[in-house]
Amino acid sequence: MTTERMDGGRALIRALEHEGVEVMFGLPGGAILPVYDPIIDSSIRHILVRHEQGAGHMAEGYAHATGRPGVAMVTSGPAATNIVTPLCDAYLDSVPMVVITGQVPYAAIGTDAFQECDTTGITQSITKHNFLVTDPQDIPRTIKEAFHIATTGRPGPVLVDIPKDIVDPTNPRSEMVWEDDVEMDLPGYRPQVEVDPEAIRAAAKLVRDAERPVLYVGGGILKARAAEVLRELAELTGIGVVTTLMARGAFPDSHELCLGMPGMHGNYTAVTAMQEADLLVALGARFDDRVTGRLEGFAPEARVVHVDIDPAELGKVRRPDVAVQGDVRVAIEALVAELSDGGTGEVDRSAWRSRISGWQERFPLAYEPWVPGDALKPQYVIEQLRDATPADTIVTSGVGQHQMWASQYWTFDYPYTWINSGGLGTMGFSIPAAIGAKVAYPERMVWAIDGDGCFQMTAQELVTAAVEDIPIKVALLNNSYLGMVRQWQEMFYEERYSEVFLSKEVPDYKMWAESMGCHAIRIDDPDEVDSAIAQANEVDDRPVVIDFRVAADEKVFPMVPSGKSNSELVVPEFQRDQPR
Amino acid sequence: MNVHAPEFRYHTLVVTVENKSGVLARVAGLFARRAFNIESLAVAPTDDEGFSRITVVVDVESAPLDQVVKQLDKLVNVVEIRELHPGHSVERELMLVTVTAEPDLRDEIVEHLDRAGGKVLSLGIDRMMLSLVGPPSRVDEFEDLLRPYGILELQRTGRVALASLDDALD
Ligand SMILES: Cc1ncc(C[n+]2csc(CCOP(=O)(O)OP(=O)(O)O)c2C)c(N)n1
Ligand SMILES: [Mg+2]
Repeated sequence: MTTERMDGGRALIRALEHEGVEVMFGLPGGAILPVYDPIIDSSIRHILVRHEQGAGHMAEGYAHATGRPGVAMVTSGPAATNIVTPLCDAYLDSVPMVVITGQVPYAAIGTDAFQECDTTGITQSITKHNFLVTDPQDIPRTIKEAFHIATTGRPGPVLVDIPKDIVDPTNPRSEMVWEDDVEMDLPGYRPQVEVDPEAIRAAAKLVRDAERPVLYVGGGILKARAAEVLRELAELTGIGVVTTLMARGAFPDSHELCLGMPGMHGNYTAVTAMQEADLLVALGARFDDRVTGRLEGFAPEARVVHVDIDPAELGKVRRPDVAVQGDVRVAIEALVAELSDGGTGEVDRSAWRSRISGWQERFPLAYEPWVPGDALKPQYVIEQLRDATPADTIVTSGVGQHQMWASQYWTFDYPYTWINSGGLGTMGFSIPAAIGAKVAYPERMVWAIDGDGCFQMTAQELVTAAVEDIPIKVALLNNSYLGMVRQWQEMFYEERYSEVFLSKEVPDYKMWAESMGCHAIRIDDPDEVDSAIAQANEVDDRPVVIDFRVAADEKVFPMVPSGKSNSELVVPEFQRDQPR
Repeated sequence: MNVHAPEFRYHTLVVTVENKSGVLARVAGLFARRAFNIESLAVAPTDDEGFSRITVVVDVESAPLDQVVKQLDKLVNVVEIRELHPGHSVERELMLVTVTAEPDLRDEIVEHLDRAGGKVLSLGIDRMMLSLVGPPSRVDEFEDLLRPYGILELQRTGRVALASLDDALD
């Protein structure tokens, strides 16, 4: 065992290196200054962001793409509050992330010192756990615990708040002795990975007996790296799969058993199959209200098998008939073994399968075709982009109509190719998340599909991308509106448009993007879409922004109006006379 | 749920937590954020200085007990949670109360006090300070009895509890 005297700041960076951190995203300031000095000599790449929210979302993008924890480091006070949104985002989407915040010297805590804020208090309910370290000797252990908590069980964000005095080499309070091996001390933290064989047998029985089963797959499948075994389960049983917004790519969209995305803007087949099912096998999914619609009307005849590593999800929203607590990959492996040994059942599901294919034929995802004189269709742009990019392209998105169209019209055939903000619905997510993903996979193409409202919230990170040589590409679906809100006002507020129009003239996105060091293109005409994308795909020495000026009145369909049951799904006008 | 059996509306949880700063705030914050209602909450160190024990009485009309327990258990500093079953636990609460007591009424008050098993802590010209330790229901009753005399100040601790000894002489 090596021991070495050092200060808390160097120990902090060394502890991060020991965790295998390759890259961190951040921005320095007074309280965290002493920790920035040892970064100069560290193997860790630091990416200097333009706003701390960007650092948080970049860390999230990195974590989504790789499965490894994203790391961000910022100073105290306003920097800590700037990273609150990404923390909450990561909390709701179970993203492993470690955020380090500077804090005023320990003796000054509670005095309203300059740039003091109660960071652990503010972030308590939006982190999986947080720490305020008061002794430099505790730094290595705390960092180890933070990474352990962030990445095990149900992943999530962990924040470590570090008072300046314990990392400042000029302060004797920062002296500590580095030891390579520190023991974690977490007596109350014991995530359960293994599953109860009894519960697996009970689940298998429900699967065998079901006439109308659906595999309801959530983001937990990706967190558990269970896409492969999920496919085995689906193919073994022949049961159709829906992938939620957080799980797009966990099961190939082009697979014949793929039913698509359920939920408020899910496709007809996925929503209706869940609604009519007699068995839902929920795998790492949490019965979010955007999936269930009005809860009382949700899947009224379905029995439920619910698998989750977080016991609090079991029965939180819908009472399961069989609850399986544990890692969803372990659970599916056990279920596959059980069904291989004991058979998959004798039930004839041909009637169910033909109902499903009937829905698929009558209600495919579709939009009103473009006719001359129409403005550019946003859905068309996504289809062209999809077809012109490599299969392993990573797509990130903002929040709004463009996000829903991206999730609907892209074909996700590989896990970890779709990165978005589901639970919190954070506008501005796409550009920094794309940067985080591109840093992780510089050789892959990363496209951010963004809205004009979102773009204006975090576009400055394109400067980061340009300066740090992270050539992401942005497809800006510019409809001049806060389009999703406009859609609700059109449909539910009698077309009374209140504060949703942005502007058709400003900003000039092309000029703005160019001024940030990007290659920029503006497109109004459908005929120019393909060549613009081809041009963008050629550029690899800087970020690219294509400003697609798209129709403002296009709506996202299907849609379950808020508060309505999923049986009241609204389909596009041209499908409304189809028999349901 | 039987509304005439209030002991089923309130459940007592004994929560062992790491003795670290901010733990009480985490527990209280969780209850607030998840909209769980607390009837009472008492916290104190245990025989092991590394841990504290929180006795919390939850109102299960605000959320199912199962959810409360599972969400609490997710707090990293929570080490153990035990539910104490009504009828299989010993619950106590301490009340300190100052009540108006002109000399001619004192005997009467002391009679109530003796029956409840309380103590006189101090006497003033026109007031008395009393204490009572007992099951929460007895403390409630005694408080009701005192009210007509005029309660000047009152402080209750909230309940603390332990599981009954199975073979206890109780
Ligand atoms: C930070 C934040 N503020 C407000 C909202 C509410 N909101 C949801 S979608 C949306 C409109 C987004 O506009 P834009 O980025 O242009 O996307 P579009 O819907 O037009 O595709 C708004 C305001 C949100 N989700 N996040
Ligand atoms: Mg818009």
